[in-house]
Amino acid sequence: MLQSFLQNILNALQWGSFYSLIALGYCLVYGVLLLINFAHGDIFMVGAYIAFFVSMVLLGKYGAMAGLPGWLVLTLAVPLTMILTAVVGVTLERIAYRPLRRKGVNRLYVVITALMCGLILENGNLALLGASRKSFPTLIPVQVYTFFGITVTNIKLMVIGVAFLSFLLLHFIVTRTKIGMAMRAISYDRFAVPLMGIPADTIIVFTFVLGSGFAGLAGLFFAMTYPVIDPYMGALIGWKAFIAAVVGGIGSIPGAFAGGFLLGFVEIMVVAFFPSTFRDLIAFSILLLILSIRPTGLFGVARRTKI
Amino acid sequence: MKRSWLIALFCVLGLATPALAADTIKLGFNIPLTGDIPDVGESSKNAAEMLKKKINDAGGLKVGDKSYKVEFIYEDNESKAESALSAARKLITQDNVLGMVGPQSSKQAVPAGEAANELKTPMMAPWSTNPNTTKERPFVFRGCFLDTFQGPTAAKFASEEFKAKKAAVLYDIASDYPKGLAEDFKAGFEKINGPGSVVAFETFTTKDVDFSAQLTNIAKSGADVLFVPQYYNEVPLIVKQAKSMGFNKPVLGSDSWGSGDLMGLCGDDCKGNFFVTHYAAAGAKGATKDFIDAYTAQYKKTPDDVAALTWDSANLMLAAVQSMGALSGDMAKDREALMKAMAGIKKFEGITGDMSYPASGPHDPIKCAVIVKIDDAGKFGFYKSVCP
Repeated sequence: MLQSFLQNILNALQWGSFYSLIALGYCLVYGVLLLINFAHGDIFMVGAYIAFFVSMVLLGKYGAMAGLPGWLVLTLAVPLTMILTAVVGVTLERIAYRPLRRKGVNRLYVVITALMCGLILENGNLALLGASRKSFPTLIPVQVYTFFGITVTNIKLMVIGVAFLSFLLLHFIVTRTKIGMAMRAISYDRFAVPLMGIPADTIIVFTFVLGSGFAGLAGLFFAMTYPVIDPYMGALIGWKAFIAAVVGGIGSIPGAFAGGFLLGFVEIMVVAFFPSTFRDLIAFSILLLILSIRPTGLFGVARRTKI
Repeated sequence: MKRSWLIALFCVLGLATPALAADTIKLGFNIPLTGDIPDVGESSKNAAEMLKKKINDAGGLKVGDKSYKVEFIYEDNESKAESALSAARKLITQDNVLGMVGPQSSKQAVPAGEAANELKTPMMAPWSTNPNTTKERPFVFRGCFLDTFQGPTAAKFASEEFKAKKAAVLYDIASDYPKGLAEDFKAGFEKINGPGSVVAFETFTTKDVDFSAQLTNIAKSGADVLFVPQYYNEVPLIVKQAKSMGFNKPVLGSDSWGSGDLMGLCGDDCKGNFFVTHYAAAGAKGATKDFIDAYTAQYKKTPDDVAALTWDSANLMLAAVQSMGALSGDMAKDREALMKAMAGIKKFEGITGDMSYPASGPHDPIKCAVIVKIDDAGKFGFYKSVCP
C-alpha cells in the first residue's frame, strides 16, 4: 500500500512535470501581457514535432548526415528544439498579436486570435503531415531501476529534473535579473514602462521566447516519454495546463509550477483508486473548490484596480 | 398482341430456367467491386473464382449421385447499403441463386440480410461482425466470429499457454469495442480460474497517454498476464509504459492490434506478444497454407482475411449443398433445405478454423480463433488456434 502510494507520487511528479512546464509558458505570457495565449498547447505540440524532426535528422534517419549517438542527439535536440519552437512562438506574436496590440484593441480579441492561431497550428500540421501518428525515436535506452519495490526509469527522473531546473531558471530570470524586472514592470504598468526607456516590444518578444522555448522543451520530453505523437496532442493538455496555471494563481511562476503538480497529483491519485471516468470529474471539482475558496489561486495576489 | 407474345416468351424462359439449372448450382456474390473498399470486393472475387475453378476442374460438385457444375454470379453493391439491398433482390429473384455469399461489411450485410431472410434464401456474410446481421434471421449465416467471442478465447489461451492464474485488464472505458471485450475476457477468465482471478481491471479514457497509475496497480497486483483490447495507437504506449513500470509478463491483445501500423509505432517493445484474430497468413500450415500458396501464385499477393473468409463461406455453403443428398429442382424447397443443412453442419474444416453453428439462436459460427505471435522480425505469425 505504501509502495503503491510512493510509486504513484513518482508517477504524479512525472505527469505533473508536463503540466508545470506548459503552465509556466501560460503564466509568463499572461504575467507580462495579461493575454491568455490559448495557442500555447499547440505550440507545445509543434515543439514535439520539431523535436521529432530534429532527432530524426540528427540520428541520420533522413540521410542528410551521418547518425550521431543517442545521448549526443538528445543534448543537441534540447537547445535546437527550444530555439526553433521559440521562433514559432515569436512568429505568432509578430503576425497575430502585435498588430492587434498596436491597434489598441480590446484584450478579448487577442484571446480569440490566440484560439484561432492554435487551431491553425493544429490543422496546418494535419494538412502538412497527415493524420497518421508518428513514432518518436528512442534517443536513450530506457533503464528501469527498482528500489524498495518502487520502479523508476531514467527518463522519468530526467523529466522531473528538467521541470524543477526550468522552474528555478525561470524564477531566477524573473526575480533576479534586469530583464525580469522589466517584465514585471510591464505587467505592472504597460503604458508607463516605455516612458522609462524600457524597450517594451523587446521584452515582450523575450517573454514569448521563454514561454515557447519551454513549451518546446516540454514537447521534447513528452515525446520521449509517450513516443506516439499526433497533431491533436496539445489541445487537451494545453487546456488542462491553463487551468493548472489559474489554480496556482495565474501570473505567478511558483503558482503555475505548483498548480501543474497539483493537477498531476490529483489526476494520478484519482485514477489509482477510482475508475478513470471519475478522473476529470473529481480533479476539476477539487480545483473548483480551491478557486471558490481562493479566487486568485494558490499563489496569486489580488490585483488592485488602478483608478 | 405483341406484348402477349413477349409475356409468353418470358413464361417459357421462366419455365426453362430451372430445367437448365438442373445440372448447375448457382451461388450469388453480393460484394463491393467498386466504391469505398474495392479491395474487399476484389479479394472476395479472387477467392471465389479460385474455388469455382477448383471444383469445376475436378468434375463439379457431387450431390448424392449426381455431379453439378457450380456457377458464381457477382453482383456489385458499390459498398452502399441500398445497392446491397437491390443486389440481393436481383440475385435472389432474377438470377435465381440457391444461396448468396456476402455482403462483406456490416453496413451492407444488415440490410441485405433482411431481404435474404424475407425471400427465404440462405445468405452467408463472411466478414460482418455486427450482431444485427444474423439476429432473428434464420436464413442468415456468418462466416467469422463475433467480437464477443474473442474475450473468452483470449482468457482460455492465457490460462493454457501462460498457465496464468491471475490476469489484469487495461481498457478504454469510453469506447464500446474495448469495453465489451474487456468484460467478456473477465467473465471468461473468472469462469476458468474462479471469481476474483482478474486481479486488476483498470480503465482509462480515450486520448489518454499516461497509464502510470493504472500500470502501478497492475504491476502490484501480481497478475501473470495483461489483456489489452486496444487499438494500434494506444498499444505502443501501454506496452512501453508497462515495461518501464517493471511489468515483464506477457501482454495479450485482440484483433484490433492487427490493423494499422502497430509495429511502426511500437518497434521492439511489442515483439514476443500475442493477439487473437481471425486468420494469419504468415506461418500457416496444412490446408490454409495450400490456399495461401495457390492464391499467391495466381494473384501475386498474399490473401487477406476477407479472401480467406470468403473462401470458407462459399465452401461451407457448397458442403451444405452436398449434405442435402439431392436437389429437388424446386427453388423454394431447395433453399429451405440448404438453410437446414447449413445450420446442421457438424464440423466444417475451414482454412480459418473449424466451424459449426449453435443449435439455437442466431447463426453465428462456433469456430476457432487464431492466436498470432509477433515474431522477432515484427511479423504477425500464426501461433496456434484456440477453440471455445
